[in-house]
Amino acid sequence: MLRPALLAAALAAAFPAHADTELDALRAEIRDMKAAYETRIQALEARLQQAETRTETVAAQAAAQPVPEAPTQTRGSFNPDVSLILQGRYAHLEDRSERGISGFMAADGHDHGGGGRGFSVDGSELVLSASIDPYFRGYLNAVLADGEVEVEEAWAQTTGLGQGLSIKGGRFKSGIGYQNEQHAHAWDFATNNLAYEALFGEGYAQDGVQLKWLAPTDTFLEFGAELGAGGAFPSTHNDSNGTGSVALFGHVGGDVGVSNSWRAGLSWLRAKPGGREFEGHDINEIETVGDFSGRSRTWLADFVWKWAPNGNPTQQNFKFAAEYFQRKESGTLACDDADPAAPSLCTGGLAAPYLADQSGFYAQAVYQFMPRWRTGYRYDRLFRGDVLFNGADAGNVFESLADYDPKRHSLMLDYSPSEFSRLRFQYTLDQAMEGVDENQFYVQYIYSLGSHGAHKF
Amino acid sequence: MTRIHPTWRAGLLAAALLLPGAAQAALKVFACEPEWGALVREIGGDRVDVYTATTAMQDPHRIEARPSLIARARNADLLVCTGAELEIGWLPVILGESGNGAIQAGQPGQFFAADFVALREKPAVLDRAAGDVHAAGNPHIQTDPRNIARVGAALAVRMAALDAADADVFRHRWENFSARWTAAIARWEKSAAPLRGVPVVVQHKAFPYLQNWLGLREVAVLEPKPGVEPSLASLAAVKQRLAADPAKMVIRAAYQPARPSEWIAAQAGVKAVVVPFTVGGDAQSGDLFGLFDSTVSKLLAGLN
Repeated sequence: MLRPALLAAALAAAFPAHADTELDALRAEIRDMKAAYETRIQALEARLQQAETRTETVAAQAAAQPVPEAPTQTRGSFNPDVSLILQGRYAHLEDRSERGISGFMAADGHDHGGGGRGFSVDGSELVLSASIDPYFRGYLNAVLADGEVEVEEAWAQTTGLGQGLSIKGGRFKSGIGYQNEQHAHAWDFATNNLAYEALFGEGYAQDGVQLKWLAPTDTFLEFGAELGAGGAFPSTHNDSNGTGSVALFGHVGGDVGVSNSWRAGLSWLRAKPGGREFEGHDINEIETVGDFSGRSRTWLADFVWKWAPNGNPTQQNFKFAAEYFQRKESGTLACDDADPAAPSLCTGGLAAPYLADQSGFYAQAVYQFMPRWRTGYRYDRLFRGDVLFNGADAGNVFESLADYDPKRHSLMLDYSPSEFSRLRFQYTLDQAMEGVDENQFYVQYIYSLGSHGAHKF
Repeated sequence: MTRIHPTWRAGLLAAALLLPGAAQAALKVFACEPEWGALVREIGGDRVDVYTATTAMQDPHRIEARPSLIARARNADLLVCTGAELEIGWLPVILGESGNGAIQAGQPGQFFAADFVALREKPAVLDRAAGDVHAAGNPHIQTDPRNIARVGAALAVRMAALDAADADVFRHRWENFSARWTAAIARWEKSAAPLRGVPVVVQHKAFPYLQNWLGLREVAVLEPKPGVEPSLASLAAVKQRLAADPAKMVIRAAYQPARPSEWIAAQAGVKAVVVPFTVGGDAQSGDLFGLFDSTVSKLLAGLN
């Protein structure tokens, strides 16, 4: 816009007064140019007003800028966000032939390749996520371990339904409980808690669909329902068109003042195990094989409370989490000798009614006492409850279902040089198996590479 | 299947009962940071219902994706955040869990302030070895009042587009604010003239826009890398640097811990200055005008 004026000034300086006619011509030309500019500006203004009335406002905003330097940002490319979690540990454990949870049927859940004594590398988690289109977003979490790739999650979720509704489909971590949706790298301890180990092995994932609805209230109030194939413990993949597992859950949460926030939930899981493997020992420590078919119902109550001074967790913060479960299973337990040469109490094959009413909980507190440093304590406790086999206590037949209440104490200290790296030390007093009192020491590392993953509450 | 039908029916019934009425009064706005909440209020007046997700005492990089935030995002017609990855550690969870289609990426209900400002300190190399750098550039744009004006111009247009019934109110209020703001900027610039060229230390790279506006000269940063807490060693290095190139003051935002600033202030004989950084950062910063009144007066006090 300055150009005509500058031009005029330059020309006026260059040509002395005698060039009046030429100057007049130039003035006319400049007038024309000004007029042309004005019409263009008017046209732009008109277009601007048009654009304002439309919802597509981006172009309008660019034009409305009082400064010419304001470009709109271009965000990345169409490539999905990629992040990679590297995880491994050193475990100092006693030399034991087997590890299990007394009084409970073992959940054959996977662990991430680690779990042995000494050094081990857990599976590396590769996470890809992106918007699919204006209607869906997609997420993949694959665990890479020796000779295998396991798909932990692979789902698409609606983003545009509105009214607080969303539908997720594929393989996803079930919304039940609190810890269930977290991947192992987000746990506050190096090992899983006993309650989840007994319930699911690691956590419960569904192959199916999830419907969630968030109530339009200022207090967080969320309800969800899931239908799944039920491929994992406590369910089994039944060859049917029905649904092997159904989950329902509700969560409520809010803030207390600016420094405290909380969330509580209640969940219900129905599974239909058919021929679920049961490998145990009888009371004479002879191996047995068998399976369980029937129904499994789990209730899960969870509570989380977080504190940070002024709601700013960077310096200090505190987190308390606890979950309580109750599981009832009823059906038929069949068993036989694992080795025909070693006759057990199941010799000749036995199939009888099985009934279990069991419960347990964990409670943990984690305190960040200064930047980078956190310490935490967790107490896990299971109640074996009533386990009946053929009308009598199952502990009379199976040593692995003995009347024993497992428990575990864990103490951890972790150091995070940044949000992307963490080194953790943990001591656990493990009393999960009857007659075992084991001191366990862990050193664990967790590194996160690539795009910045946001963690849930 | 048959077992859960009654449950679903009950859920849908509840949904139908609780749906908000068709004729909504005010535009519901979810503002990530207090400065944008205040700006929305300036433009919208009583025609907007603003919820501000964070306070001036919180580090906007590090916010928990709390249930209360998800609940508030669920009902918002418009989300106003800084963008430029400032909220990347928590906003994606809020958006994903909100079940609100209107504020998702690409929708007119999602407004990122950083899209309307030329960002400074865009890293040439993206490597986490350089600390928690933001690929798009430094996101702390609100410390320059001229940026507030740039963002406000675009925000007024967006609000008018989303709420056609109140479009005239927004336009009128924006013009009114804009005129007062321009006058206030001239006033601040005049009184802040002695700050031009003054050497300063900053605790976090939170003030490049403020420095650029007032002509402050940054001679050192206390954080060895963005987002990394200063250690004794890094502070000692800053002290050494200041011996050669002395500074007048060390500046930090209200939410940042006092200790690093106060250590260097005592050791290097510079003044520790706490600026509000955003609305609500101190008693004087009740609104945007108060924010810059306070910022300028605190910096000037740091000169003495």
